[in-house]
Amino acid sequence: MNAEPKEALSDGRPQISRRSFLKLAGMMAVTLALPKVYTGVIAKALETASASAGRLPVVWLEFQDCTGDSESFIRATQRTDPVQTGLTDPGLIDLLLDYLSVDYHETLMAPAGAQSELSLNNVMQKYPGQYIAVVEGSIPTAQNGVFCTIRGRTALSIAQQVLPGARAVIAMGSCSSDGGLAAAAPNPTGAVGVKDAVPGLNNFVALPGCPANVVNLVATIVHLLTFNALPPRDASGRPYFAYGAEIHDHCERRPFFNAGQFVQAWGDAGHRQGWCLFKMGCKGPKTDHNCPQVKWNDGTSWCVASGHGCIGCASPKFWDTMSPFYKALPSA
Amino acid sequence: MPDIFIPLVNNSSNNTSGSNPQRIVIDPLTRIEGHLRIEASISNGVITDAWSSSTMFRGVEAILANRDPRDAWILTQRLCGVCTTVHSLASIRAVENALGITIPDNARIIRNLIEGALFITDHVVHFYHLHALDWVDVVSALSANPADTSALAQSISAWPNSSAAYFGQVQTRLKNFVNSGQLGIFANGYWGHPAYKLPPAGNLLAVAHYLEALDWQKEIIKIHAILGGKNPHPQTYLVGGVAIPVDKNSAKAINPAAIAQLRTLAAKGLDFVSQVYLPDLMLVASFYKDWAGYGQGPGNYLAFGDFPLDNSGTPAGYWLPQGLVFNKNIGSKPQALDVNQIKEYVTHSWYTYSGGDGSALHPSVGQTTPNYTGPTPPFDNLNVDQKYSWLKSPRYQDAPMEVGPLARMLVAYAAGHTRVRQLTDQVLASLGVGPEALFSTLGRVAARGIETQATAEQMSPWIDALEANMNAGVNDIHNGSKWDPSTWPKTATGWGSTEAPRGGLGHWLRINNGVIQRYQMVVPTTWNGSPRDVNGVRGPFEQALIGTPIADPQKPLEILRTIHSFDPCMACSVHLIDANGKSTGIQVRVE
Repeated sequence: MNAEPKEALSDGRPQISRRSFLKLAGMMAVTLALPKVYTGVIAKALETASASAGRLPVVWLEFQDCTGDSESFIRATQRTDPVQTGLTDPGLIDLLLDYLSVDYHETLMAPAGAQSELSLNNVMQKYPGQYIAVVEGSIPTAQNGVFCTIRGRTALSIAQQVLPGARAVIAMGSCSSDGGLAAAAPNPTGAVGVKDAVPGLNNFVALPGCPANVVNLVATIVHLLTFNALPPRDASGRPYFAYGAEIHDHCERRPFFNAGQFVQAWGDAGHRQGWCLFKMGCKGPKTDHNCPQVKWNDGTSWCVASGHGCIGCASPKFWDTMSPFYKALPSA
Repeated sequence: MPDIFIPLVNNSSNNTSGSNPQRIVIDPLTRIEGHLRIEASISNGVITDAWSSSTMFRGVEAILANRDPRDAWILTQRLCGVCTTVHSLASIRAVENALGITIPDNARIIRNLIEGALFITDHVVHFYHLHALDWVDVVSALSANPADTSALAQSISAWPNSSAAYFGQVQTRLKNFVNSGQLGIFANGYWGHPAYKLPPAGNLLAVAHYLEALDWQKEIIKIHAILGGKNPHPQTYLVGGVAIPVDKNSAKAINPAAIAQLRTLAAKGLDFVSQVYLPDLMLVASFYKDWAGYGQGPGNYLAFGDFPLDNSGTPAGYWLPQGLVFNKNIGSKPQALDVNQIKEYVTHSWYTYSGGDGSALHPSVGQTTPNYTGPTPPFDNLNVDQKYSWLKSPRYQDAPMEVGPLARMLVAYAAGHTRVRQLTDQVLASLGVGPEALFSTLGRVAARGIETQATAEQMSPWIDALEANMNAGVNDIHNGSKWDPSTWPKTATGWGSTEAPRGGLGHWLRINNGVIQRYQMVVPTTWNGSPRDVNGVRGPFEQALIGTPIADPQKPLEILRTIHSFDPCMACSVHLIDANGKSTGIQVRVE
C-alpha cells in the first residue's frame, strides 16, 4: 500500500472497477468449481449484499487452538497486483471487512473480560439464527472439560451455547474438524472436533487443513451470500469444491511421477528440477484438497512447489494416519 | 456521537467499594495468542496483588512420544500459529544436536530469513493489532481534523500516505463503519477511558496505520511462502537442512527471480518498519512516558540468543547474543547462561511431583502428573492460595526471569551489540529518558520496535549471502549423512534453542531405537506468565502488575497495557510430556 489510492467511494472504500469486481467474482467461481457463467451471478449477489443494510455477523470461537487459522484469516489477500494493473482490486480482505461483521474474536477484539462477554451475548441475542459461528481448535471432553475454560466456563459448554443458534457453523482447520493435534494419539485431554462435541448441528461445514486456507473460507461465505445456501458437502461436512479431488491428480509435479522421475535425496538434481516427491514421503496421492489450484498467500506457492512433500494435513486424523511423514506411501 | 458506549456489566468482584481490596477478573484476556486469565486485587485505585492463570492444556509432548524424531518439528510447529516456525527451529536443532549434524550454509541462511521475516511481521502485528488499542482511542479518531493528522504524520515520517485527503478517506470509512451500528471487533472497547492520552489527530493516524499494517503483513510474510510454500506453518524445515532447493539455473528452486522477490519484500518490510512502525511507536511513547514507571517485573532477563552468523553451532556466532542480566544491571557484561540452572516448580500449578510439590526439577528429569484441583466449572474465582494455572513456574537459580524482546535487547546492550546500542540510545535520547526507563511496560514496547528495526536491516545481508552462494554454484541445502535412521546410535540426547518473537525457547529430547522417548520444552510465556513458586515468588506478569494505577476497575485498561507488553503466547506455553517415554498420557509435565 505504498501508493495512495487515486479515488475513493463516498464511504471511503477504495474505488473498485466493474472489471476488477468481475475478476474477483470469477476467481471465486473458479475456486467454487462453478461454470464460468456463475461469475455474473456471484458479482450480482455480492453487489446486492454490499448495498444491503447489514453485514453478516460472525462469532469466531477459539478453543484448543494455536491461532494459526486466525493468522490464516488475516492473510486474506487480493489476487491481482495493484502496481501491475493500476487498479485497487477488491481483495478477500475487502470481502471480509465489507461483508462480514466479526463481532467476537478473542485474538482481534478490542474488549476483554466482561466487556468481551457482552459482545458475545449481544450478537447471540440480536441475530439469533443469523450469525456465522467459526470454530478454531478442538474441544476437550475428558474430566468434564477442565482442560479449556474461558471466563470460568468450559469450551464444551460455550460450544453448546453458541453453535446451535448459528446460521452456519464452520470448523476452520483440522483441530475443530476432527480433533486435530490435541486428539492425536494418545489424545490426553479427550479432544474432539465440533461435530462430536455438539452432535446434530445443521449447516455444518468442515474446512480441515493445518491451517485452513482462507480462500476456502471466503469461497464458502461467498457461496452462502450468492445462493443463500452452503456449498455441497461430503458426509464429514467438507465442501466438494475444496476437498473433491486428490492433490496428486492436480499436482504440477504429476508429469514427473508419470515419467518415473523421482527426487531421491534432498537437494539432488531431481529435487532442483522439481521432480516428484513421492519417494520422500509426499502424501498428495492420499489427500483430497485444492492446494495445487488455489495455492497459498495470494497464490505465491504451496508446500510441494517449495520442495517439501505434502503431509496430508487436510486428511482425517492426519497426525496418526499420515505419519511418519517422510515414509513413502506403499503406492499411489 | 453514535451510541457505542454500551452499558458495561461488572467484572466479577468480591468487593465493590471501601478500602478493602477489590478483586477483579479479566477472562478472557483478549488480543493475545491463547487463553489467559488475570485476577488482581485493587486498593485505593492501585493493584496490590495479581495472579496469572493459563486455562488451556493440550498435551503435545505426550503425543510426540514414539514418533519419528524427524517428524517432531511438524508437530511442534503447531504449538503456535502466531509465532509459527519457532518450535520447528528449536526442534530440528535439538534433533541435529542429538545426532551430531552440521547443516549447510544455505540452510542456515534460509532459516535466518524465515525467522527474521517472522520477527518483523509478528512484532508489527503485535504493535498495531494486539497492543495499539490499549493506547489508541478509535472513537477519538472520528473527531480528528484530517489536516491535523496529515501535519502530524509529515512531522514524524516521510511515509507517502500522509495527505489530508488520505486521512479523510480513512476517517470516512471509519465513520461509516461506526454508523452502520455493527462495530465488530471494536464494539465494547474502552473508548473514552481517562487513561487514553493521544490527541484525536494521533488516534486517526494510528487507525490508518492499523489498516495499512493489516495489508502490509500479508505481503511481507510471502517470504515464508517463497521459502516454505505457505504461511502460517511454512513447510520447509528438515532435520539436516531445508527442503527449498537452491539453483540459479532452475525455475523450481531459489533462483535469481526468487532472490529479487525476497529483496523486494525485505525492502518493503524495512520501509514500513522505519517509516511507519518506529515513528508511530515514538509518537505513542511520547504521550505515555509515565508507563516507563510501571510494569517492571522481576528485573532479571534471560536470552538464549539466535540467528547464527556462522556454522559453528555455538552461541558465540549468534547475531543476537545469549546471556543473563540480573537486577537490571546492564552496566557490565551479561552473565553466561548455564541451562542446567533451569528448574521448575508446580507448587501452584495443576500437577503433582512424586517427590512433593515443593520440589524443583530440571526439565530433563521432570516427572509430573496432571492434577486439576481448581474449581468445578462454571466458576467465578480461582483459589489462588492453592494451585491455579496450567503453567509451571520455571526459575533460573530460583529467580523468576523475563524473556522476550526486552530481555534480548538488554542482553545485547550489555554485551555491546553495536546496532542495538545505537538504536536504544537513539530511542532513549529522543524520548528524553534514561536507561532506567527500559525496565517497564514502555521499555518492552520500545525494545520490540528496536529489535524489529535491527532485524529488518539484517535481512538484506542474509539475502546477499544466499545470492552469493547461489551464484557460486553452492546449492547444498541438506546434510543427508544422518537422514536414514539406520545411521543413528541406539540412544541419543540433545537440545536446541531459538528466540521466538516472545522470548527464549528450548527443546530437549531423547531418541531411543529410532523414535522419540522423551521430549520437553521450556517456552517463553511459561517464563513470563508463570504462577508463584514454592517460595511464593510471583511470576513476571504478576510482579509487573503490582503498583499499577487502575482508573476504573470495571474497565481495567491498564492491566491490558502491561500484560500485552509481554506479548503473551499461551498455546506455546502449556504442553504435556510423558516423562517415562510411555504413551499412556498419564505422566505429564508442563513447561
